[in-house]
Amino acid sequence: MTLTPNLIAPSASVEYIRAGRRRRQRRWMFVTGTLALLALVLCAAMLMLGNTIYPLDQVVRALSGEKIKGVSFAVSTLRLPRMLAGLFAGFAFGIAGYTFQTLLRNPLANPNVIGVTSGSSAAAVFCLTVLQAGGAVTSAVSVAAGLATVIVIYILARGKIFSIGRLILIGIGIQAMLDAVISYLLLISSEKDVPAAIRWLSGSLNGSKMSELPPLVAITLICTPILIVMGKHLHTLELGEQTASSLGVSTDKTRIALIVCAVFVVSIATATTGPVAFVSFLAGPIAKRLVGTGFHSLIPAGLVGINLVLAADLIGQFAFVHRYPVGVITGLLGAPYLIFLLIRMNQKGEL
Amino acid sequence: MKPNHIFQAEQIVAGYEQKTVINGVDLTIPSSRISVIIGSNGCGKSTLLKALARLIKPTSGRITLDGKPIAKYPSKQLARIIGLLPQSPIVPEGISVADLVGRGRFPHQPLLGGWSKKDYEAVAEAMELMDITQFANHNIDELSGGQRQRVWIAMAMAQQTDILFLDEPTTFLDITYQVEILDLLTDLNRKHGTTIVMVLHDINLSARYADHIFALQEGRLVAEGTPSEVITSRRIKDVFGLDCEVIDDPVSGSPMVVPKGRHHMETRAAL
Amino acid sequence: MNPITVSSDSRPSPHIPKHFPTVLIVSLILLGASILASLAFGSRAVPFHDLIDGLFRPEMDSYEANIVRKRISRTVFSLLCGAALGVSGSLMQAVTRNPIADPSILGVNMGASLFVVCGMAFLNMTTASQYIWLSMTGAAITAVFVFGVGSLGRGGATPIKLILAGAATSAALSSLVTAILIPRSHVMDQFRFWQVGSVGSGTWSSISTFVPFLLAGLLIGFLTSPALNALALGDETAKGLGVKTGTLRLIAALAGVILCGATTALAGPIGFIGLLATHVVRLMVGPDLRFVIPLSAVAGAVILTVSDVLGRLIGSPGELEVGVVTAFVGAPILIILAMRAKVRSL
Repeated sequence: MTLTPNLIAPSASVEYIRAGRRRRQRRWMFVTGTLALLALVLCAAMLMLGNTIYPLDQVVRALSGEKIKGVSFAVSTLRLPRMLAGLFAGFAFGIAGYTFQTLLRNPLANPNVIGVTSGSSAAAVFCLTVLQAGGAVTSAVSVAAGLATVIVIYILARGKIFSIGRLILIGIGIQAMLDAVISYLLLISSEKDVPAAIRWLSGSLNGSKMSELPPLVAITLICTPILIVMGKHLHTLELGEQTASSLGVSTDKTRIALIVCAVFVVSIATATTGPVAFVSFLAGPIAKRLVGTGFHSLIPAGLVGINLVLAADLIGQFAFVHRYPVGVITGLLGAPYLIFLLIRMNQKGEL
Repeated sequence: MKPNHIFQAEQIVAGYEQKTVINGVDLTIPSSRISVIIGSNGCGKSTLLKALARLIKPTSGRITLDGKPIAKYPSKQLARIIGLLPQSPIVPEGISVADLVGRGRFPHQPLLGGWSKKDYEAVAEAMELMDITQFANHNIDELSGGQRQRVWIAMAMAQQTDILFLDEPTTFLDITYQVEILDLLTDLNRKHGTTIVMVLHDINLSARYADHIFALQEGRLVAEGTPSEVITSRRIKDVFGLDCEVIDDPVSGSPMVVPKGRHHMETRAAL
Repeated sequence: MNPITVSSDSRPSPHIPKHFPTVLIVSLILLGASILASLAFGSRAVPFHDLIDGLFRPEMDSYEANIVRKRISRTVFSLLCGAALGVSGSLMQAVTRNPIADPSILGVNMGASLFVVCGMAFLNMTTASQYIWLSMTGAAITAVFVFGVGSLGRGGATPIKLILAGAATSAALSSLVTAILIPRSHVMDQFRFWQVGSVGSGTWSSISTFVPFLLAGLLIGFLTSPALNALALGDETAKGLGVKTGTLRLIAALAGVILCGATTALAGPIGFIGLLATHVVRLMVGPDLRFVIPLSAVAGAVILTVSDVLGRLIGSPGELEVGVVTAFVGAPILIILAMRAKVRSL
């Protein structure tokens, strides 16, 4: 049997491939730029909107240290920490979710579904109510608990053949147990701590303080470059264990490094804002849909995370008569999408 | 042409958990040739291939490339010499064909940065040879099974290894595509001198396309050599437990196995 | 992935399982022990002689004896709820032919919760007998929806598809519940009380509301068990044996939903009892539903009552909701099932 003739002359094929890649690259740049711009607009809105609406120039002046009566307090003490918490937590949820989903090759395999968030949440509630601990201790314990949860789930799910289905089932089981632990902690904690814990559990930017942010900012700034540098490794793992190792990736080490980084950022973000529902689940698929998958969607996923959290917080604050915490809004947006995704995956036979 | 390599396995034992599948195999892969591993189901063909391609670690014995154990090579360096196409590679969602083929360039690339001129050339050449250039900017999901298999082989080619292992590259394909894929692999071997080692299910296609055959039975190497040396009715009876007649393939002249069953034996009697 | 395959050892035999008499005796002993424990233990432990006084000597009027009398209705209620949840789990597992089916895992509890919240928030409902129907409707709609989503595509309702559909639906419904509750603080209190109330809210009047539903559900469960045994062999085989699979599924699922919907309406959402009870029973007597269903009732009653006692002891001086205890005790079963399952059958 002979080869069918080529449609494209050999010399031109490099150019043809290059042109296609350039086109996808331009789209990536455009989408990423637009997302960044949108995030910037939302950040500005977070600072300008509130009980009183301040114009942008006043906000800028207040931020640059000028004392303006009323404005300085509202912007620098109330709105700035809230905006920064949303910004960094959103980014952290986005990149951690994307890393998990790509690594495990399944959009359902995100920290929410497989129980990592519950592990961090239980630890954080323990710190808040029982230990009455401060931000740094809570962050550290949350990260430790998140890692411990991942390790337990991984050990239980290992089996003879690794199966993502098994991992998800076990994650859901662990999550049920951890939720029971959280309920128990709420019961035994003193009454004055309960409302704060409950508000925190539904995921909220309310009452974010500047002093609580440094761990989140530091870890995000450390882990993001690591995740970017490991992007190519992540993309080979996406092709399956065997292909990845034949491409020269030490799969176990790579996977551990990626998971540890992702767990660090997601746990620290959870410790700061509470488990803002579905952001780590939604950000990855939305980013992929927007940029196409030829290129690394880590940064776009982080940006989508920021946009989701900030937009949901603004909606929760201003769209209704009553104020809703950000987690309720993202929950209402995310859950139907999860169901939609399940229906589509089931129809395509991917589960 | 690719440089010659001496790839040897000495007394390797390999398997999964407690179960030993490969039990003391010695072999030398003929350089710049197409070798095919045959054997009945569960005889350890795939396990042997995976051990050779360092996907599983043998429990004992050693595998050497140019005299140096493969475990001693840095993994990226080895990945520039040895490639593997697994039996069922995983398709990432929504990726374009060119980008997927380009992922085979991983061992040649620095951690950050886009494609170099060499990357583009390697991808273009692989896609040319597999005749998939026209799909370069298509989504992988739009391709048929046979076309996808060519994409995977192109990806393994873009890795530009001197030795390429393939685990049943024709399974799940229609006979037309099976022949097409094996022709393309032969092109790769003839044009670049790439050493090809593959597991194939079909004895007759193995006999036609192989320069060298390794016959495996219950984890041991029971015969090796050219197809006409290895494929005899006696050996097929031993290895596969199948009564058969071996005749000359009317197309290629290579040995061809005609199985005997319990029924439809009239013409046989007439012979 | 392929549907759960019925292995040869799960084929029901016409004979009484070997261990059945022993299992029956042991479970009845456990039942008795759990009743005594439920009467004796709590935030205040009661000595044995006071327990006897409280139960059998109405003329004795000690403080302890009165505590025991107060605990009677609670104990009866938890036994009934446990039985209902146990049988509901068995029925759902049989109908979906899926080992992980349980009202809480399928999101059915959350469906009931949402409807109850709507009843409280928009229809000003205040008592259990008012929202029992709403609860059941919510449970039924959610069950149908989750099963519908979970059985789309190749292989029908595999455990992983079903559990994800359940988890997703639960998440969606719970966001709705929160969204309805946040602006309405009076409903929030009422809902909290309902949700936390658990079996502690069991009064004689709630028991009398509950009993008709329980009896109907149990009766259907017992009557359909031989046909459900045939269903366990697969739809084609069951049809070949003359079972009308569609009608059977509908009736059995209805019974399952009635049982868990009524329980949820009265006791709040309690998870994992059905899963735990059914698997423990199946481990002992095998897959024959004619034995599994009645024994699941007993096992469910024991598990829920013991969990309730544990909740009272752990949470002392207050008490830990029984749903929290059952989740902690029952979730490991899910994990074990997942660990033992063959990859293909997930």
